[in-house]
Amino acid sequence: MLALLALLAYGIAQNKTGESIDSQLAAGKRPVPPALKLPPLEGGRPVSLGSYRGRVVVLNFWASWCPPCKGEAPVLARWQPRLKAHGGTIVGIDVLDVSSDARHFVTEHGLDFPHLRDADGSRLKAFEVVGYPETIVLDRRGRIAATSRGAIDDGFFTKKVEPLLKEQA
Amino acid sequence: MKLLAVVALLVFASPAAACPKTSTSDVADEVMCLQCGVPLNLAEDAPSAKRERAFIQGLVDQCKSKAEIKTALVAQFGDRILADPKSRTTWLVPLLGFIAAAVAVGYGAVRWRGREKTVPPAQVDDSRVDADMDRYDL
Repeated sequence: MLALLALLAYGIAQNKTGESIDSQLAAGKRPVPPALKLPPLEGGRPVSLGSYRGRVVVLNFWASWCPPCKGEAPVLARWQPRLKAHGGTIVGIDVLDVSSDARHFVTEHGLDFPHLRDADGSRLKAFEVVGYPETIVLDRRGRIAATSRGAIDDGFFTKKVEPLLKEQA
Repeated sequence: MKLLAVVALLVFASPAAACPKTSTSDVADEVMCLQCGVPLNLAEDAPSAKRERAFIQGLVDQCKSKAEIKTALVAQFGDRILADPKSRTTWLVPLLGFIAAAVAVGYGAVRWRGREKTVPPAQVDDSRVDADMDRYDL
């Protein structure tokens, strides 16, 4: 009986992680994102999310086997030059993917922005990512300012990302 | 000429006879679909599971052994791809649970046996025996 109660308490403690990212955004807050350090898709030393501080970052979680990611890719390719010109960038997080497939996807769709690789998907939970694609936008101070739980379109960039580009760091 | 043909057959046919060394379903038994959180052989429709199977099939076609394919999968997806993780801590919780259960059962058994020894046999109610005997007028 005691063991069952202990197990119940442990389960509750595990689930009690505070407010979700989306509920904090809905309340007008800009939560600090979890720490993230991943290797680039092309290989090399792991890159920290903190290294993009000062820029507006559109963190896009994708996989080459995900059909909606293919549909979204042209939007990302179209917006990256505009973001880059105004101190922003898209950062792709390729998840649960065969690396050669992912590199082919990047070339095929002309996704000319940095891509990091979360091979086993272990960082998804921290960002509350449950599907693909999902997008989390960070302001210049590195705080989460917007999310999209699904594919993004031009309207998302216009409404959620462009205003952030005008903000000061 | 015949001898040459036999030698050529042996040289070129042997590797083919040993290939494939395993099958996709055989490997799928021992790896996970990371997207779905179940063993790959149980994940039917998940797109990532289909891609994993295709990746495995490609290696099966290249005549790789099961161990080689699992090594390639770990290189792509990390240790979590294995249905039998190498991490020792993974087994710690079930092991502790088993030990706790064994201790609880052992403790219960000891208490039960102790009680059996110390509790005297049920006291026979003499009055009831007498009443029963009276009913049998012998």
